[in-house]
Amino acid sequence: MIESLPSIIIGGILMGSIYALIAMGLSLQYGVARVINLAHGEFIMIGAILTWMLYTSFGVNPLLSVAIVGPFLLVIGFILHRTLFTSLRTKAPSQGAFEGSSLLIAFGFIFILQNIAILIWGGNVKAYSYLNFPVRFLGTTFAANRLVAFALVIAIGVAFFFFLTRTRLGKAIRAAAQDPATAGLMGVNINRVLPLCFGLGAFLAGLAGVLLSMSRAISATMGLSYTIIALIVVALGGLGSIPGSFIGGFILGIIGSIVSFWQPALSMIVFYGIFLILLLVRPTGILGKK
Amino acid sequence: MDITVFKSKKLVVVGLVLLILIWLATSPLYASSSNIRLLSTILMYIILAVSWAMFSGPTGYMSLAPAAFFGVGIYTAAFLYARGSPLLPLPAVIVAACAISFVIALLVGLVTLRLKGIYFAIFSFGLIVLLGLIVQYWENQIIGRRGQHVVAESTETVFYVMLAILVATLLVAYFLRRSRWGMAMLSIGGNEEAAAHMGVNTTMVKVFTFAISATFMGAVGAIMATRWIYVDPSTAFNPMYSFMPVLMAVFGGMGQLYGPVLGAAVFAYLERMLRHEFPAYYMIVFGVILIIVVLFLPGGLVGLIPKLRDRLRGVIAKLRKGGQAEQHANT
Amino acid sequence: MPILEGQGVTKNFGGLAAVSNVDFHVDQGEIAGLIGPNGAGKTTLFNLISAAHPLSSGVIRFKGEKLNGLKPHQICRMGVARTFQEIKLFGNMPVLQNVLVGAFFGTPTRISAADAAREANQALEFVGMSAMAATLVQDLTLVNQKRVEVARALATRPELLLLDELMAGLNATEISEAMELVTRIRDKGITIFMVEHVMKAIMGICERVMVLHHGEKIAEGTPQEIVTNKEVIEIYLGEETRAAS
Repeated sequence: MIESLPSIIIGGILMGSIYALIAMGLSLQYGVARVINLAHGEFIMIGAILTWMLYTSFGVNPLLSVAIVGPFLLVIGFILHRTLFTSLRTKAPSQGAFEGSSLLIAFGFIFILQNIAILIWGGNVKAYSYLNFPVRFLGTTFAANRLVAFALVIAIGVAFFFFLTRTRLGKAIRAAAQDPATAGLMGVNINRVLPLCFGLGAFLAGLAGVLLSMSRAISATMGLSYTIIALIVVALGGLGSIPGSFIGGFILGIIGSIVSFWQPALSMIVFYGIFLILLLVRPTGILGKK
Repeated sequence: MDITVFKSKKLVVVGLVLLILIWLATSPLYASSSNIRLLSTILMYIILAVSWAMFSGPTGYMSLAPAAFFGVGIYTAAFLYARGSPLLPLPAVIVAACAISFVIALLVGLVTLRLKGIYFAIFSFGLIVLLGLIVQYWENQIIGRRGQHVVAESTETVFYVMLAILVATLLVAYFLRRSRWGMAMLSIGGNEEAAAHMGVNTTMVKVFTFAISATFMGAVGAIMATRWIYVDPSTAFNPMYSFMPVLMAVFGGMGQLYGPVLGAAVFAYLERMLRHEFPAYYMIVFGVILIIVVLFLPGGLVGLIPKLRDRLRGVIAKLRKGGQAEQHANT
Repeated sequence: MPILEGQGVTKNFGGLAAVSNVDFHVDQGEIAGLIGPNGAGKTTLFNLISAAHPLSSGVIRFKGEKLNGLKPHQICRMGVARTFQEIKLFGNMPVLQNVLVGAFFGTPTRISAADAAREANQALEFVGMSAMAATLVQDLTLVNQKRVEVARALATRPELLLLDELMAGLNATEISEAMELVTRIRDKGITIFMVEHVMKAIMGICERVMVLHHGEKIAEGTPQEIVTNKEVIEIYLGEETRAAS
């Protein structure tokens, strides 16, 4: 099967949309809640597996699962931050100590969540078929579920943009991202906003999981790779910049698609190479601040 | 008075350590093969935990890379000590594993440690997957076969090499901690900007300490490969070998050298006991323990001891006061 | 004879010029002051001298040598030491170890453990903190923490000492003691460059004062000249009432 250039580019954009989604979630968690959530991939995995379970056991439409899985992960993320990271923030002697300790906690979470998933659903690979029919356009062919996923990501991206720029809560979040202490003095309830952002990050991760489960096989151990991709995208877009993560996701998606066409096994390694070059040349990323 | 007490305490500690080492060194003579294997595993974890704490303890830079360097050591043995066609004798293989781990850690450190700590964390975390992917690619494209067979060494050989690596690791950790280099690392952990302004070349100190710690992780991986005999990318580059040393060192406490040793012994034993009966459960418990320790006992067991000692002193003082009050009342 | 001089020193953060085309100099053996309203760029200038931040443009020289492009630890070993506005002590060590770090690493050549210990103890004695050598820094009062910071900087054997708001948060007695300490440091042969808000100190011990405002140097002269300078009075009109209280 000959891959045409439009096919590669569009495939890259479709995959990039997922990358953008997971990177945005991680960016919210790091940029605002100041937590490097190494377990981000595990939230993606939970979203994916829950969708699979709801579809195969209860026949719930995956697109409907968005409304179930999303809020579920939002609440879980909120509670986790409120119980774990909020107390850490007040206890930690310095910002560096807080980051180090929250890193360890997130690291521990990877193993907790992975093994809970293995216990409940087993460690084997799972998949289901939904909207799997091919759609032809512009001389390319793609599965409908991938196009639907893309449309959803764009919708979410736009909604998020309006949320962050037009609503009061959104502005509070941006203020907290800039400077939590000052934002607190200006009346922003930091103890609500930070966990909320962490929960929103988990929400976006879960969403990505739902969308991923529609078009590819999933397993309890799928999370790690996505976490790493999200980390690279966030660094590429600029630490703390949500628009940067959005754009960076698409850039990496397209690059990944091009590399996959040439040598599939090399795409992740190429991502690392890009990350290394970034660290050497412009650590602050494309849209990074200072 | 104080100094002589201090000196005699030191002699006791040194004597104790020597006794333990002698007991360990002679154990293959009277212990069963499976117990020697358990001891080897415990030694492996002690080495990983101590070398992790060597860098991450004083500086506060949380490295998640032990599994990566462990894997580097394993695959160094896989390529240089392949079954049927070893290229080098075992000691040279171990040294090669040390050297390669050192160089990789040096490069990673030079790129990431001059930037904010988060870049180092991200890269050290991703290193496990990156190196695993590179090896996997190499095996697929160049060798054409997944997994390698390593020369099998006897249980005793593995144990003695492990013991030698342990002694080396402990010696380096001990002298590093007491030297001015160790003080430099602590200053970086205390306030990196101030340390730099007091003349500490923070980047070089971080990079070299990180590289030295990686050396021991590589060495231990190389000798482990001769026990596992068959290795492949997913068993060699397994995040578990980053998680366990971190858990052990944090639980044991990084304020003292024996903290990670204690933590390693405890959890290596627990893992052995729990792994077969409760395969996924034990990992969940371990993860929860890590989180609890980070939140409520950041100094680990070692950090608990001064607190307990102070509490004890307070109790004793109260009792004394009560006794004195009674004496006064009686006179 | 200027021990420290800067020409055209500029630092931009994003679009904001924190320090804008400043020429300055500090003569050997003098106590020079740097004042200005909050946000004038004083600490930024110190950060440029000690290389905590790189210069956007301009040049800074110490004893005739360019400091551009050097790292903080190199500048320290050349003989420039500093204290910090927000005290940056090593919280994981007791007082003596804090000062030892300066003694060990602040010199350009390797120093023996015995010599370093001697330096550190001498520095502690000089600031009057010998009795608290084993105390953890978190248990110290503010004024004692500042003393330790000074001792640590002195242990690096500097020729130039940058003091960033040493008197902030001190009461009247402590300010007098601090002023006396600064004078004693200068009498040992160390040049002092100090950022201050406390006018009593500026007037009392500085021989020359520079005034920054919005990143630019707007006045320079003796304390007497500065205090009667029309422009300076204007920008401080709001600050003066706050500083006096």
